[in-house]
Amino acid sequence: MTERTVSIHVPAMTRVEGEGSLRLRIEAGRIEELALDIFEPPRYFEKFLEGRQYSEVLDIVARICGICPIAYQMTAVQALENAMGIEPAPWVRAMRRVFYCGEWLQSHALHIHLLALPDFLGFDSVVGMAAEHPEAVRRGLRLQGLGNDLIRLLGGRSVHPVGACVGGFYYAPTQAEVDAMLTALREALPQAESLIGWIASLPMPEDAQDFINVALRHPVDYPLAEGRIVTDTGLDIEVSAYEAHFVEEHRPQSTALFSLLDGQPYLVGPLARLNLNLDRLPKATRALLDATGIRFPSRNMFHSLLARTVEIHVAIIEAIRLLEAYVRPDTPHVAVQPRAGVGFGATEAPRGILWHRFEVDDAGIVRAARIVPPTSQNQARIEEDLHRSLLAFGLDQTDDALRLRAETVIRNYDPCISCATHFLDMTVRREPRM
Amino acid sequence: MSKPSVAVHKFSSCDGCQLAFLNAGEDLLTLSGLVDIRHFLEAGLADEEAEVDIAFVEGSISTADEAERIRKVRAKSRLLVTLGACATSGGLQALRNLDESNEDWKQAIYARPEFIRTLAHAEPVRAHVRVDFELWGCPVNGRQVLAAVRQLLFGVNPLDERDKVCMECKRQNVVCVMVAHDKPCMGPVTRTGCGALCPRFGRDCYACFGPAEQANTSALAQRLEGLGLPPADVARRFLFINSQAPAFHAEGLKHYQPGFANGDRQ
Repeated sequence: MTERTVSIHVPAMTRVEGEGSLRLRIEAGRIEELALDIFEPPRYFEKFLEGRQYSEVLDIVARICGICPIAYQMTAVQALENAMGIEPAPWVRAMRRVFYCGEWLQSHALHIHLLALPDFLGFDSVVGMAAEHPEAVRRGLRLQGLGNDLIRLLGGRSVHPVGACVGGFYYAPTQAEVDAMLTALREALPQAESLIGWIASLPMPEDAQDFINVALRHPVDYPLAEGRIVTDTGLDIEVSAYEAHFVEEHRPQSTALFSLLDGQPYLVGPLARLNLNLDRLPKATRALLDATGIRFPSRNMFHSLLARTVEIHVAIIEAIRLLEAYVRPDTPHVAVQPRAGVGFGATEAPRGILWHRFEVDDAGIVRAARIVPPTSQNQARIEEDLHRSLLAFGLDQTDDALRLRAETVIRNYDPCISCATHFLDMTVRREPRM
Repeated sequence: MSKPSVAVHKFSSCDGCQLAFLNAGEDLLTLSGLVDIRHFLEAGLADEEAEVDIAFVEGSISTADEAERIRKVRAKSRLLVTLGACATSGGLQALRNLDESNEDWKQAIYARPEFIRTLAHAEPVRAHVRVDFELWGCPVNGRQVLAAVRQLLFGVNPLDERDKVCMECKRQNVVCVMVAHDKPCMGPVTRTGCGALCPRFGRDCYACFGPAEQANTSALAQRLEGLGLPPADVARRFLFINSQAPAFHAEGLKHYQPGFANGDRQ
């Protein structure tokens, strides 16, 4: 038996202020200390939103995250419209869902291929992986590119898109643009199908854990840009009631905040969404999932990877469905009459529920903003998972194996650890048992 | 001859500019064949100490640790290229510089502000070390970045696009949103590089690519006032994503009264 001190550094998570480090100390075969510390410099978005006009907000919140700017834009727009009593037209709601599908595609494909898969296939990076799995990597990059194209259709560019506004969109694509997009989406569908089969066939660690799933739920569709907040413990609340149940706390060493549900860690993100919304999957997607032989709801956190592939399929199916019914409107947005109010928004960012509260005055100037990103909600769960996973894995594993497992567990949540984490600096001290 | 080496470093930022590489698809694989990517955390490559030919730097400098780290990056890099608005002009988070808001904002957001160690200002890389080339944009786009890489590999300076967005609108036959629709467009003072995205979508440019060459900011400010914008709104147009770029900073301050960032209407 050995004694070890293990400290793991995960630099630079985004907006959750994400430069982080993981501290792990194992002594006499026991985990004595385990914490994921986040220390990316805060950028104070909530504060400089104050004093800005509603029309500037979407361009500001996009800059919280380069990988999921649409999640921020769609959540803020919901909160602002809620505050000012604006009801988006059916066309706008449909196109917001399409827009968001693009982000899921882009973000999930990026995570699966560039961040997560190297762990499971034994590479340091996608560059090395591409040499041995060229077709799989190309398929992944094409799906990522398709997501970016879908975002461009409505947003002009894929990072910090410029198309969305309070009331709708600045621009409605032409029928020809939509038709070209539809062709690309239909061609990609078989690739998404084969991706599900391939990921399901990869050996995953077996580790059933207990955790609370939290996701949005929509009356008809798989949740994305709107819905109620539900859990598998029976909670079912309006978005506006979030603060009564979920509390953020600030811990030492951290520039991020930890969220808890009634004092408990909980899970948001693809696995929680899928676990809670199996009956909302499109039929074709459900059939593919069933064919994998893997049972959902799943308690294996590593099935998050499979859940992302399932959601790539959902995103393509949904974008096709909504764009097939596309009719170009006369005006893509309604006129906005500012009025004072408080509004709430929640959507399913690629990494899980993103929640906003905005207070505006009668001139439409933001008076207060509160933003709860998915990664701070998952942070307590990540630590809990690390604890359990490392114990299940075995603390007497080699240093490298322990480090890789810890990294894999963290990456599996796709935290907005911007520099994602193929960089864990672990020092091990071994001391004789007392 | 060995391949040129490249590093991508992140400081205070949203990660969006690094995506110029990660969203490049097949081009990313091509690039990895042309150059030796030594350090790029998001792509899974970690060797911060490596000496490289070209270092791309994303993000502003906003903590003492970052100020120290950028000096190390400079020392290890033959060429240092800033990637986007944060690294080039401080970015959106530099709005805290305006009213010396760092302390107040920290207290307001964090229950335990004593855990937070930030510098009073978020600053561009240039404020700390010598910069060889600057790539503007929030975000930079893939074409711009890969073109710069190509030009550097050929041993020439990257072409600096300093034209105004107005020029791009004319090239693309885009109807002027200011002339035709009275929108407070920043295109006349903003450098192109985006492809005139906002006017093409029927909206006013919000200056995410920073000041153009010889930007006549005071004439534009006068025009914005002529469109009926009160001083606070004119100030906000200039003091936004590139608030620390000298041309925008100077013009913005002429119309600015301390406090709007804290919600006080003028």
